[in-house]
Amino acid sequence: MIEGIFVEGLIYGIMVLGVFITFRVLDFPDLTVDGSFPLGAALMVQCIMLDMNLWLALLVAFIGGVMAGVVTALIHNYLRVPNLLAGILTMTMLYSVNIRILDNRANVPVMNHTTILSQVSERFAGIVPDEYILLTFFVIAVLIIKVLLDLFFHTDLGMTLGAMGNNEQMVISQGVNPKTLKAIGLGLSNGLVAVSGAFAAQYLGFADVALGQGIIISGLASVMIGEILVLKSNRIGVLTLCAIMGSIFFNGVMYLGRYYGYVVKMTPNDLNLIKGILIVVLLVLAQSKKLQKVSARMMVGK
Amino acid sequence: MIELKNVSMVFNPGTVNENQAISNIKLKVREGDFITVIGSNGAGKSTLFNLIAGTIAPTSGTLYMNGREISREPEYRRARYIGRIFQNPLLGTASNMSLEDNMMITYRKGFKWLKRSLNKKMREFFRSQLVQLKMGLEERMKENLAMFSGGQRQALTLLMMVLSKPDLILLDEHTAALDPKNAQMVLELTHKFIEEYKLTSLMITHNMSHAIEFGNRLLMMDKGEIIFDVEGEAKRSLTVERLVEKFHEIRQQSFENDRTLLTD
Repeated sequence: MIEGIFVEGLIYGIMVLGVFITFRVLDFPDLTVDGSFPLGAALMVQCIMLDMNLWLALLVAFIGGVMAGVVTALIHNYLRVPNLLAGILTMTMLYSVNIRILDNRANVPVMNHTTILSQVSERFAGIVPDEYILLTFFVIAVLIIKVLLDLFFHTDLGMTLGAMGNNEQMVISQGVNPKTLKAIGLGLSNGLVAVSGAFAAQYLGFADVALGQGIIISGLASVMIGEILVLKSNRIGVLTLCAIMGSIFFNGVMYLGRYYGYVVKMTPNDLNLIKGILIVVLLVLAQSKKLQKVSARMMVGK
Repeated sequence: MIELKNVSMVFNPGTVNENQAISNIKLKVREGDFITVIGSNGAGKSTLFNLIAGTIAPTSGTLYMNGREISREPEYRRARYIGRIFQNPLLGTASNMSLEDNMMITYRKGFKWLKRSLNKKMREFFRSQLVQLKMGLEERMKENLAMFSGGQRQALTLLMMVLSKPDLILLDEHTAALDPKNAQMVLELTHKFIEEYKLTSLMITHNMSHAIEFGNRLLMMDKGEIIFDVEGEAKRSLTVERLVEKFHEIRQQSFENDRTLLTD
């Protein structure tokens, strides 16, 4: 049970890293995520059906996500559509695209097919205790993604991307087109989200077009939990770690809600309400944290 | 260097809010010029800078950079050879990043690739450059810029811009948001860098004595026109009184309101 929480937290953690890039680094509230998560799942499942190399399938899912993000960036950049609306547009279109990818079905199971996860389970059966195989796999996988992302944000391009959300004028003054940077950031973010969706489909055993519903809220809640849990830092390595920890914590709470919610007469249908309330509470917490800082500063000023 | 030919800028043309911000300006900036620009609020100084930097495109007229037309070139492209500092000290640096990261981002103009340029050698170089600010910032290279004061950030922006070796620099009242002590310090640094690196520069100021003290050429703007352009010996012999008189002469109207706006 406990390893289930961690596995889910890590799978969704990849998505949370994507949300972190758009919301925190780029300061671009991107709702494409609700569409690119099931897009990753759908692409992965269909590629499995086609007996494609599984890692190639994962790459296909990643590229699909990148394209979805770039579409949002293009709509925002060239049609001057506000960022929120641009994301909603792509998300809405992706709903139809995802059903197409799944051969006009809303749900496609992959239970009886070989997936990356089933391969890993077979390979390490007997070496690692059964219930820890997937956990170990995801710890390593997410760690690799996190480290790659950290390295990216230490390159010249990554640093400029970091300055983007904070000070667009500075980016322009450096002779860099902010439109290009937005496309790169959104592409990378949605690529990660799609990879997360691809793993989720393999873990759950199916791809469903409704898989992404409200996923952006989960991602945002996770990012915020991570920020509240850990001290403020300007080191990207700490920030990405926070995002992953936030995801694990958030999934833990949701897990409890799903399995023990009946004690307070809660059904799984209430979870979205709970997520929303959780975000509101987090906002209040973050606000009061800020207020404390401000008042402390004013006291010192006196 | 840069040349403006009959450049005009009209905001909201054809509406009741129509506003002729720049009318038919001709200006030739020569290499090595240090030009100070004065004028009351609404004279079109900032619009002139926006036109040169490419933030806005002129309604009519053309701009040339070393003989090449740049009227329609977007701001981010012109930024590769034009450096600009704003009144707001926060616009030149990223608050949520460390000092060394900021310096690395601004060190080279143009698109950034997947390269890790910030290494030991680069840090040493930045450290040696920071020393000349005499602020002790070389010991705080890993700190976030949010921790620095407005004066420190503006001085840094100046240094970072100079290191990126622009052909032309635009200083848009870059000391106006600072307290007198910091303003003086930033102004002295500006003077030092311009002399040292022989930078071609335009500087907007609201302080007439600064406009006279610094630079080799002075432009006075009013209602979107350059009404007075003086350089060399004629500029050196100027005084604040003479400048005000000159304005009277050109514009036969009360200068009282403008005078309060222009002098410190």
